Amino acid sequence: MAEFTLPKNSVVGVGKTYKAPAGAKRVKEFKVYRWNPDDGKNPVTDTYEIDLDTCGPMVLDAIIKIKNEIDASLTFRRSCREGICGSCAMNIDGTNTLACLKPIGDVKGAVNISPLPHMPVVKDLVPDLTQPYAQYRSIEPWLQAETAPPPDAERLQSKEERAEIDGLWECILCFCCSTSCPSYWWNGDRYLGPAVLMAAYRWIADSRDEHTGKRLDSLEDPFKLYRCHTIMNCTQTCPKGLNPAKAIGKIKQLMLERQG
Amino acid sequence: MSKDNNPSIHIMRSQLGRVRGLGAAKTGAAHWWAERITSVALLPLSLYFVVSVIVLRGADHAAMASYMGEPWNTVLFLALIATLFSHLSMGLQVVIEDYVREDTKRIFTLLVVKGGIAILALASAISVLKLAFS
Repeated sequence: MAEFTLPKNSVVGVGKTYKAPAGAKRVKEFKVYRWNPDDGKNPVTDTYEIDLDTCGPMVLDAIIKIKNEIDASLTFRRSCREGICGSCAMNIDGTNTLACLKPIGDVKGAVNISPLPHMPVVKDLVPDLTQPYAQYRSIEPWLQAETAPPPDAERLQSKEERAEIDGLWECILCFCCSTSCPSYWWNGDRYLGPAVLMAAYRWIADSRDEHTGKRLDSLEDPFKLYRCHTIMNCTQTCPKGLNPAKAIGKIKQLMLERQG
Repeated sequence: MSKDNNPSIHIMRSQLGRVRGLGAAKTGAAHWWAERITSVALLPLSLYFVVSVIVLRGADHAAMASYMGEPWNTVLFLALIATLFSHLSMGLQVVIEDYVREDTKRIFTLLVVKGGIAILALASAISVLKLAFS
């Protein structure tokens, strides 16, 4: 059955509290999920008080400040700090987003931070994403065509054809959407999830690709595609403002279109 | 976990092999489309049902029988029953597939639920026909 309660060893306890330095004026609480695979204990929520006058504006700035100045054991992924690498995807204030794009000022009260939901946790805020990465690999996300490209140039697209993949190619594969989807939570081993389905549609919609039918074949499945029930969490949570639900709808439309 | 409580590895198959699984079933589109068609068809049919209930308020058996005996009413009621129960059956199938993970349990639940719905649908249709031809 679907899991509605946490298993005993995943119940989150109360952790340590790190007080703000004396004299801090704009204090903000950050409640961060902590779990260490090596100590055999349950996860806890640590509370860090940060003086916003000495911290950058984004949630990622606060997390980096915690690691640099308060608690070096805090573990998370980050790289570009400008919303293009997708590394710092996490759940902030109840919504999956990129820590580097989320202003601290947008959060009322304490800032709750936990890893992307319903993924195995490697440590603290680092989820194990090998399954969605493998699912991405399984849709063969590269151009497939038998027609050779012009010998002296790249494959051409009209402006209209190129416009078909706008709103699709911008995906940075942070998996905020897939891990916000209840269908992906309950059946993630078989359902491909919004990020991967949108990536699949990106190649279906590409005028240069000649394997559209084969791509649709490999998606036509009650679980791989049709676990999508248009819940729309994916579109609501996407930190890049993309619309995976619409892309999935387009795939379903094409499935009908080819039947006559 | 093994008996001595040490963690042990049970799956060494590659992640790609696991997500490819048994491949695509090449079905699902017809089911998805039928769900949509039946839901749209149920809009006018449900309205017709509500109107019928209001018209038949306080009717005795003879009045019911003569109402159902009208060919249009027989046809529309049978259409309502077919659409409603097939929509119910397909919808609950999706819910069960969502939430019941274990294969044997899922197949058993599907058989019981769909079988029950088929019996209910037959009972409803026979009731209409008995009234219509009484």
